[in-house]
Amino acid sequence: MFKYLEPGKIFSITSKAPKYVLFLFIIILSIGLTEALVLSPEDYKQSHSVRIMYVHVPAAWISLGIFSSMTLLSVIGYIFKIKNFFLISKSLAPSGLVFNIIALVTGSIWGKPTWGTWWAWDARITSMLILSLFFVMYLVAWRIYENNDKIFKVTTIITILGIINVPIIKYSVDWWNTLHQPASINILSKSSIHTSMLFPLIIMTAAFALFSLLIFLMKYNTELIKIKNKGLDRL
Amino acid sequence: MINELLFMNGYGLYVWSAFSFTLFSFLVLFLITKIQYTKEKNKFVSKLGSLNSERAAIAKSQSINKAILSNTSNI
Repeated sequence: MFKYLEPGKIFSITSKAPKYVLFLFIIILSIGLTEALVLSPEDYKQSHSVRIMYVHVPAAWISLGIFSSMTLLSVIGYIFKIKNFFLISKSLAPSGLVFNIIALVTGSIWGKPTWGTWWAWDARITSMLILSLFFVMYLVAWRIYENNDKIFKVTTIITILGIINVPIIKYSVDWWNTLHQPASINILSKSSIHTSMLFPLIIMTAAFALFSLLIFLMKYNTELIKIKNKGLDRL
Repeated sequence: MINELLFMNGYGLYVWSAFSFTLFSFLVLFLITKIQYTKEKNKFVSKLGSLNSERAAIAKSQSINKAILSNTSNI
């Protein structure tokens, strides 16, 4: 079991995986786009503008999932001194930030025809903007403290502070009166979304998850080679 | 059919710009990550090439270095 955790073994797996993930991503994305743009029905209230949901919602879900994973990895990595967890967390951050930006921009585009405004400082939108600032702070911290022992402490603190914002994002639509609609999908209770719209949403979420996996693998391999480059300098 | 797909009852501009922005962001992130990967890999190969034969042999004996060298794919 432990032989698979050697850096050489990890790299031999993570370096081969991206091409298969890319192939699968293109197939799933093609199905998702066809479903989202052509086959899924228009909404009785929002008409065709509802199709923006198929990029906006998966992007928001994935960015929240990535930040939560980064926090978990950083905290466990810091407590048990596992540097590889920090490397995984660092490799996840760029796609998390991009998904966060996509959620904000597509939300803004969706806001114009439905609310009549591109932007509103309401609880959900503002808390998502704050999350993007935590992603930026995390990535900037790696740039500033890359060759410093402080980096593990600094990035763990940033993720812990940022994770406080995640439940605020989730429950903001219930706690405050916001322009943003409440959640249509509930894992524990019956969802208010029709299956004809739920299916493309699930397909697009799978495509987005595959894309974040692809970027993570490429970034993780880059980080491993970067470490080996530093090792060669010391030889 | 094509007109309906393009204009979407007047919402076409919003829908298409949201999807275009998403796909463009994907493309940019993919290209940046790929360029960074290729750059680090080329740096690794050139550093390994500049080592003397004894040090190069030590470096090449490590499993991860062998894996990096054997992986010719750019992604």
